[in-house]
Amino acid sequence: MKFGVVIFPGSNCDEDIFHVLGDVLKQPVIKLWHKDTDLQNCDCIVLPGGFSYGDYLRSGAIARFSPIMEQVIEHANKGGYVVGICNGFQILTESHLLPGALLRNSNQKYNCRNIYLKPQSKTALLTASLDPGRTYKIPIAHGDGRYYADEQTLRELNENDQILFRYCDETGRISDPANPNGSLENIAGICNATRNVFGMMPHPERAAEEALGNTDGYFILKALVGAAVVNN
Amino acid sequence: MKFLAQIDVMPLKEILDPQGKAVRLGLKNLGIHEVGDVRIGRHIAMEVEAADQAAAGQIVQTACKKLLANLIMEDFSYTLQPLA
Repeated sequence: MKFGVVIFPGSNCDEDIFHVLGDVLKQPVIKLWHKDTDLQNCDCIVLPGGFSYGDYLRSGAIARFSPIMEQVIEHANKGGYVVGICNGFQILTESHLLPGALLRNSNQKYNCRNIYLKPQSKTALLTASLDPGRTYKIPIAHGDGRYYADEQTLRELNENDQILFRYCDETGRISDPANPNGSLENIAGICNATRNVFGMMPHPERAAEEALGNTDGYFILKALVGAAVVNN
Repeated sequence: MKFLAQIDVMPLKEILDPQGKAVRLGLKNLGIHEVGDVRIGRHIAMEVEAADQAAAGQIVQTACKKLLANLIMEDFSYTLQPLA
């Protein structure tokens, strides 16, 4: 199971996810530059958080046209795994690898704090092995995280079990006060219909080690590693 | 021929525009109470080289659909004027 972390100009969580995948989860992982055109046989491509191209125009809009994205889209269309975290999620929606869009937070603020997630999809490999009976405390750090999709898309996401996580409170209640950015139906992460492309706004890589005082993110990323192994 | 395209990209009507809401509130706080709904988008001025106005329009539409607007959350309109 080989991971490739794509670095765009303005990415700033690439080192974090690289470290967690390589040093904590002990997976082979390489860095890919946005101008590369070879994915070097990586099984799973990770688009990290940050501010690619300074968030110019719209978050993720310009990164979507980086040379490597053509290969990433091809990889995804062939069934290969792609994961986008935060800005990576925005790039995936801009690339139409995931449906919907991420709009300015409804409170107009850049939100940087811990939130709680409830795993949803029982069939998506990323969340299937997580404990649906508990909540996962994961940090968020974004200004454009309000998930939006039209009614039909939203219905399809629900019917096809494509919703990975919803924002909830500490006790697991999915409610308006627990929604940090105004996302429709408290959606924090989704996958595509073929369940090989995952996007989420929260940052599990920032909460994956004892030294950081929170290991909830470890379980999510470990599920990803397990999932990817099963499928390859 | 060279044309100047003036493009407006606006959030879709059905989508909450928190920027517009905040600005409306700000205007009210300044005593400007006559202001109703405020929506904030983006204006793009772009020079286009094309054989004629119709061709320039095609280029602008392609640019808007492919990059300048995200049609999931925004729509766009534009005007074209020939540049001397």
